[in-house]
Amino acid sequence: MMNPVQRTVFRSVLVLIAMFAFAFALVPLYDVFCRITGVNGKVDERAQTLVSEEVDESRYVTVQFITRSGSGLPWILDVEQRQVRVHPGQPTEINFAFTNQSGSALSGRAVPSVSPSQASRYLRKVNCFCFDEQRLEAGERVEMPLVFQLTRDLPKDVNTVTMVYTLYPVAEEKAQLQAQVAPGSGGDA
Amino acid sequence: MAPKLPPHHSLQHSSTTATAGGQVHDDHDHHPQPRGIMRWLLTTNHKEIGSLYLIFSLIMFFIGGIFALVVRAELFQPGLNLINPEFFNQMTTMHGLIMVFAAVMPAFTGLANWMIPLQIGAPDMALPRLNNFSFWLLPVAFTLLLSTLLMPGGGPNFGWTFYAPLSTTYAPPSTTFFILSLHIAGVSSILGAINIVATILNMRAPGMRMMDMPLFVWTWLITAFLLIAVMPVLAGVITMMLMDINFGTSFFDAAGGGDPVLFQHLFWFFGHPEVYIMILPAFGIVSAIIPTFARKRLFGYASMVYATASIAVLSFLVWAHHMFVVGLPLAATLFFMYTTMLIAVPTGVKVFNWITTLFRGSITFEVPMLFALAFVVLFTIGGFSGLMLAIAPADFQYHDTYFVVAHFHYVLVPGAVFSIMAAVYYWLPKWTGHYPSEILGKWHFWLSVIGVNLTFFPMHFSGLAGMPRRIPDYALQFADFNLVSSLGAFLFGFSQLIFVWVIIKCVRGGVKAPAKAWDGAEDLEWSVPSPAPLHTFETPPDFKPVQH
Ligand code: HEM
Ligand SMILES: [Cu+2]
Repeated sequence: MMNPVQRTVFRSVLVLIAMFAFAFALVPLYDVFCRITGVNGKVDERAQTLVSEEVDESRYVTVQFITRSGSGLPWILDVEQRQVRVHPGQPTEINFAFTNQSGSALSGRAVPSVSPSQASRYLRKVNCFCFDEQRLEAGERVEMPLVFQLTRDLPKDVNTVTMVYTLYPVAEEKAQLQAQVAPGSGGDA
Repeated sequence: MAPKLPPHHSLQHSSTTATAGGQVHDDHDHHPQPRGIMRWLLTTNHKEIGSLYLIFSLIMFFIGGIFALVVRAELFQPGLNLINPEFFNQMTTMHGLIMVFAAVMPAFTGLANWMIPLQIGAPDMALPRLNNFSFWLLPVAFTLLLSTLLMPGGGPNFGWTFYAPLSTTYAPPSTTFFILSLHIAGVSSILGAINIVATILNMRAPGMRMMDMPLFVWTWLITAFLLIAVMPVLAGVITMMLMDINFGTSFFDAAGGGDPVLFQHLFWFFGHPEVYIMILPAFGIVSAIIPTFARKRLFGYASMVYATASIAVLSFLVWAHHMFVVGLPLAATLFFMYTTMLIAVPTGVKVFNWITTLFRGSITFEVPMLFALAFVVLFTIGGFSGLMLAIAPADFQYHDTYFVVAHFHYVLVPGAVFSIMAAVYYWLPKWTGHYPSEILGKWHFWLSVIGVNLTFFPMHFSGLAGMPRRIPDYALQFADFNLVSSLGAFLFGFSQLIFVWVIIKCVRGGVKAPAKAWDGAEDLEWSVPSPAPLHTFETPPDFKPVQH
């Protein structure tokens, strides 16, 4: 039998452990929550099919593209057009180009984000360079398309959608491993 | 001849009236109890541990204060004048960390140690040895934290909120030590909180029901629950940081699929309750002092308890008001905006109750009362600026400006810190057996009030005009406001030396205080002699509940 003080301490420690576990549980919970509600602008990292629906010609949405390099990867990501005007429902293709400015082969990946975040639920990407890692030889330049569609149910108050692509290096060992398993899957897809 | 009280002990060491001074040293070895430094290292007495906490907190208050003055000296004039921006960032960060975790929190824990057993008629804390351990973790934690300033790359420079990736990808190498020290401080707070809960729930004098407890005890009980609930979340966040930095995980690293915004959610899930941890015990102190000097029962005792509890519950539902600009969806923005404003309701109930207690009381203005009254007025100003910040569209303008700095300094300095000073003036007669000097106390009070307002009031204006927080240099149009803020800060900082003088003087002597040192005081602590002997309530007191 525990005395009353021991019982209080025991219960407090249970709460402690539960809250510590809760903090870690929040990491996957947050991810699931964001995926369902689209709150943090994360986009599905798999290809989605187009929804075949009539194009809503009564409405224009401005789609902007921002590309940048993070964590010192000596790459440039260019986009053929910084800004396009599209109708909801209309599939659109835009070309991006990766350039490795360094003197050695490197692996990297573009991590996407969408703003305003609620628009991410209405954004369907049929094809995106951001689904995979890329491997570029020294000085290599590779063009890749993005094919996307904003669905017609995009909320009326969203007039501008900004897609941000940030380049990050991929750990070299990790890239090498993947190259062994699936040769050629990176670079010039 | 054994000194009865910790303060007396140190007094006799430094005393020039050599009556007992020599003897203390002489019977060093013959005494069964450990003496000298060992006595303090091994003590399990709640009063001695309480004093240790308070002295530690006072030292840290000065160290954190020096950091703040370095910041204010740099900001005295526009331009990069005295220190380089890297060091400036370390100073703002260390100032915040030390004040929050090493000054305000330990001060409240020290007051809890001293006063909770006395107020509930218990002989000691429920777990005295654990209590000793909780305290001695603190000097370890903060020596470690301060030592990071001397490490290569400098100390933490990412703000007291240590947002990732500033605190992970871009952090100085000393960050691992910062994490370790925060872990140790966190363990200390958690153990202290468990001890306080165990004491309050199990060791009340026979006949004292929960709704008979003084409000300081109530507010601390609720604070301790908050600590037990959120300190593990802080521990979780810093553990994730540690893994991101050292073990290649990417909890907060977008490159690896993590999310820096997740850091902010987790941090503020801890951080907002944390700000209430720093203010609820203050509510308890003010609710003890105002009735004493108004010579009336506290108005609305039960509503005070319920207001405290509802603030605690709501504090878990408002965290994202710190994150309005990260791009929350509209529904979330509205939710957090409304819950934040809702918190102002129980807070308003408290202010209303204090004012109603004052109404038609026979008020006298001793130093503790002055600090308590200043608390009510100035804390409320901080509450109002909080309400402005809670309005999400307005916060888009105010966020990360000096307006936020003004807000939280109003609630924390003339709020939490003034309440601690009020408590010290209020209970010093019980601790030392002497009244603190009224004249010096009043000098301390008035200089502090003027200093605080000179420092922080202009920050509302510089913030509204657009001055960003955490910058070492600023545009010329902010020069006048910053000049005033810096002058006020030095005035406030140096007036705290009077506080130290008052305390030392009071420990050494002064007007003798009777058991009931203030004639309007009601609670159990005033039934034991002043100074309170080392052991009190070894037989439970005869507690007669009062009608609230
Ligand atoms: C009526 C009650 C209060 C309301 C409505 C309120 C609201 C807010 C809001 C909305 C912010 C975020 C501002 C921004 O970053 O843009 C904020 C910041 C802050 N509040 Fe309060 N607050 C209240 C009371 C308190 C109390 C009692 C404390 C502490 C004792 C406190 C401490 C802080 C701190 C430390 C920050 C700034 C954190 C940082 O970014 O460094 N607040 N408050
Ligand atoms: Cu908050």
